[in-house]
Amino acid sequence: MNPPMPMSALAMATAQEASSWAGFRTLLYKECLRFWKVSFQTVVAPILTGVLYLLVFGHMLDTRVEPFAGVPYSSFLIPGLVMMSILQNSFANSSSSLIQSKIMGNLVFLLLPPLSALQFFGAYILASLLRGLAVGVGVFAVTVWFAPAEFQAPLWIPVFALSGAAMLAVVGLIAGIVSDKFDQLAAFQNFLILPATFLSGVFYSVHGLPSFWQVFSRANPFFYIIDGFRYGFFARSDVSPWFSLLVVGLSFCALSAIALTMLRRGYKLRT
Amino acid sequence: MSTAAIEVSALTKRYAQVTALDAVDLSIQQGEFFGLLGPNGAGKTTLISIIAGLSRATSGRAKVMGHDVIDNYRSARRSLGVVPQELVFDPFFTVREMLRIQSGYFGLARNDAWINEVMENLDLADKAEVNMRALSGGMKRRVLVAQALVHRPPVIVLDEPTAGVDVELRQGLWQFMRRLNRDGHTIVLTTHYLEEAQQMCERIAMLKAGRILALEPTHELLRRISGVLVALRLRGQLPPALRDWVIEQDHEHVVLRLPHPREVGAALEACRSFGSEVEELEVGPADLEDVFLQLMSETAEQSLS
Repeated sequence: MNPPMPMSALAMATAQEASSWAGFRTLLYKECLRFWKVSFQTVVAPILTGVLYLLVFGHMLDTRVEPFAGVPYSSFLIPGLVMMSILQNSFANSSSSLIQSKIMGNLVFLLLPPLSALQFFGAYILASLLRGLAVGVGVFAVTVWFAPAEFQAPLWIPVFALSGAAMLAVVGLIAGIVSDKFDQLAAFQNFLILPATFLSGVFYSVHGLPSFWQVFSRANPFFYIIDGFRYGFFARSDVSPWFSLLVVGLSFCALSAIALTMLRRGYKLRT
Repeated sequence: MSTAAIEVSALTKRYAQVTALDAVDLSIQQGEFFGLLGPNGAGKTTLISIIAGLSRATSGRAKVMGHDVIDNYRSARRSLGVVPQELVFDPFFTVREMLRIQSGYFGLARNDAWINEVMENLDLADKAEVNMRALSGGMKRRVLVAQALVHRPPVIVLDEPTAGVDVELRQGLWQFMRRLNRDGHTIVLTTHYLEEAQQMCERIAMLKAGRILALEPTHELLRRISGVLVALRLRGQLPPALRDWVIEQDHEHVVLRLPHPREVGAALEACRSFGSEVEELEVGPADLEDVFLQLMSETAEQSLS
């Protein structure tokens, strides 16, 4: 250790004005830095996955399936894949960041500072949303060259990209709070997120399904995200984009209320 | 009287079956170097966790620098720096990133001068750009101390900070804590190294099973057991005349606490005349460990009776 040095400034510890928004900004920065430092795994790998889906399914089905009349299957599939990537990666970011911090024990670094539940929530959701969008933009940028693209109602594209990403970021946050172990989180991923995305119309239009499965699909909030997002490209959808936006918006609000209540009460975070 | 650095009243924490803290009252004044002692499971970490907001009390209140840890958690947490017991770290970041981020959480965005000063004082300066994963255990411990200090908290709590760390760090850490204490910081230390508490702390609370057994200035605790300790290995019975002095007994091993060194000769004489041979003998001054053992055994007796 070094020889003593003047430390009189220490005694005036509380004098320094501290901004609580700086706390939020720092957590947001830290969460983005976390996934960016391993972006090969968190951004590049999911882009590759999306492209593989397009190559395999697009190639196999292009000449056999036409969910929307006059739209090639690959063109139809691309928005679905983009949204699937956004949803899965938004979920993965908040959930895995939180569970890692819990298991490593370094969550304590976030629990000791004066961060509010809302700041905690906002930073995790925004960072996850950014990762979801980064992957989504990446998947779109790579796949768009494989099939003709349309942008019939383009304003809906960012609306559903943002609301879908935000909703799954909240689901991820809840999953991260509730899970104590990686395998519990994996159960969330495998038994909830994966089936819900696959059965939401990423690969098909629900109009082509038997009526029972159509009803079943309409109980899945993910269906509305994908359907509304696809409307932005083709101005065609299974339900009205306004209705989809309502469903997604209400789901987001309900899930956020649950997550914020958990954070305020310190559920599974503060013993 | 000025605001207490830490004020805890009727603080109780119950888990399903266990009462970890049982209506604890405690007040630690500003500028104190305070020791919180007790065996494992006594409730030390639970008490600290509630003060730090990591854990919620079942009932009772806790305040840091007058700020309630629930109702006014922002001010309470800004006033408190905690060095956790577990050697935790975030593997994604370097030492400097870690300290900047921690400082930012407390709302201090431009704090590099102080971060550098803390790193200097903890001998971390040459590790500033090293990833946390690459640090040794002792270095990780230093980073934990630095993280607790980034926001210049008036109250610093160290939970078993020297468990498993090398002598050099221990010495350096104490030197640094003494300096912070001289500069006006309140330091609260939990430990089960009694020697450490005896050297460092002005006042000590002893905890067992969620209750405070003793709360006194260190020198008064020590005065309680002025006298000498005599450890004997006897072949034969202990003379009845010496039974009042026994503080520990285990088969032929007996520890006596005698009020004055001049009693040692008489005690040995008593053994000899009783026909018991002293096979081993050790004489030493009483220390905190004895107060500790005494208090622990007293409560054990109380709970039996």
